[in-house]
Amino acid sequence: MQALNKSVNYQNLFIYLLAFTSGFSIMCIELLAGRILAPFFGSSVHIWGSIITVFMLSLSFGYLLGGKFSTQSASLTRYGAIFIIAGITLLPIAASSTWLMEAIFLAVEDSRYGSLLASTVLFFLPTVILGMLSPYSVRLLVTNSNESGQVAGRLYFVATLGSALGTIITSFYLVLWFDINTIVITVSLVLSLLGVITILLAKSHANFRTTNLQRDISHA
Amino acid sequence: MPNAISKLMLGLFFLMAAFITNNAMAKVIHSERSLYSNILVEDKGDLRCLKFNVKSRNTRQTCFFKSQPQKLVFNYTKLLLTSLLVNPEPKRILIIGLGGGTMSNTLHQLLPDSDIDNVEIDPSVIKVARQYFGFLENEQIKTYSQDGRVFVKRALLKKQQYDWIILDAFNGDYIPEHLMTKEFLEEIKSLLSKEGILTANTFSSSKLYAYESATYKSVFGDFYQVSNQDDNNRVILARNTPLEQSPLSVEVLIKQNESIAKLASELLAIGVDVKQLYQNMKSTTTHQDWPDDSPILTDQFAPANLLNIN
Repeated sequence: MQALNKSVNYQNLFIYLLAFTSGFSIMCIELLAGRILAPFFGSSVHIWGSIITVFMLSLSFGYLLGGKFSTQSASLTRYGAIFIIAGITLLPIAASSTWLMEAIFLAVEDSRYGSLLASTVLFFLPTVILGMLSPYSVRLLVTNSNESGQVAGRLYFVATLGSALGTIITSFYLVLWFDINTIVITVSLVLSLLGVITILLAKSHANFRTTNLQRDISHA
Repeated sequence: MPNAISKLMLGLFFLMAAFITNNAMAKVIHSERSLYSNILVEDKGDLRCLKFNVKSRNTRQTCFFKSQPQKLVFNYTKLLLTSLLVNPEPKRILIIGLGGGTMSNTLHQLLPDSDIDNVEIDPSVIKVARQYFGFLENEQIKTYSQDGRVFVKRALLKKQQYDWIILDAFNGDYIPEHLMTKEFLEEIKSLLSKEGILTANTFSSSKLYAYESATYKSVFGDFYQVSNQDDNNRVILARNTPLEQSPLSVEVLIKQNESIAKLASELLAIGVDVKQLYQNMKSTTTHQDWPDDSPILTDQFAPANLLNIN
């Protein structure tokens, strides 16, 4: 019984680490968005208006969707899958942003609506998926309603701390050391890798449980 | 003893005089916080100045004499005009970064037949230029409130060309990073007519100086420049077709082209000794002042503001 409790705590720590990474990634990408859009839409104030609007909007949808998704047989495996999908949906930002923005630049004359459309096309989907992770983490961490507020508070703390660090590290150092695409691809790889690790952990955990169960049964 | 007292009195008198005249000299007649900077219009006697972000050391400003609005006050604005010795008859001119609009006004006076497009990101600056600096607009002089990069891209789509592009969108405080990259300079180059020239007024120091230089060279080949180490100001002159290895002497230029001689005398009338200024121009063929292996700024990698920290 004691051993089981300990392993559950490690799992929770891992979930907090994942939430931290998703917070970090969201703000890292949001900060790069300004640099990605600038060659086509400039750096007027409304560019940041477009970017922040799209990120806030997609996060809000992500929260709603993640909450809903967590009601149907929530598991660590599904949680890991969300990370992998988030990583994959980030790739077009590095791979095809230029031709996408070129097409939008040609189609939309007004740079306000051009930048809004470009932000939507490039960042809406990955941010929705990254947003899904917060409520899903709460679902995995909460075991009774009494501690639910505390768990949610701790999770917001960790995820928002990640966002703060993602903002400062990207703007102070990463853009000085690396190309934008290198940073985006690295974030995508890190998220996917964490997703894979999560799924492997879930599998080994399940195996561990089944063997335990089998052992208990045979002992009985 | 009386001597000491009179000295003290004299000192006090000068102190007060200095205080009074100083107060009378700098009078803020307009200030506003725009979306992009703090704009300040100041009167010092006959001199009226437009300032951005007052506290900084590298405050960019435009000044003009109210009694002689066509006279250029700053050395860098005069330096920008030396480009006319390389290309004396620009028909279509693009100015990125309006300031008080004094450059546009001066050019219209010098070249009344030329078309001038001004691009300025901050609508408040355009308003202030119109209201306080007598910025002139007519059929030939147009103003666009737009990001410089976006304007250039749209102009390329419309297959427009300019004989002279003046890039004056930088100051020591904040550098628009997307106006410093190789890709942007390539767009500028395609927007230039065959003999078209680019004159850029930049304020880079520390590491950025080398990065910026390497980027310009990668797009235009060797260029002419005048650097002022005191305030990190540099005027770059580049041409669509490569420039001569060293700036031709003014005498040769004048001999080659009659309109240059006429222009030089007209410029002298507004206080610009263009011959004198042009002699300070050095070609980077012979005077390259940055390491050969300096990295290039691109849309993927343009931490200009981080590199410009002293």
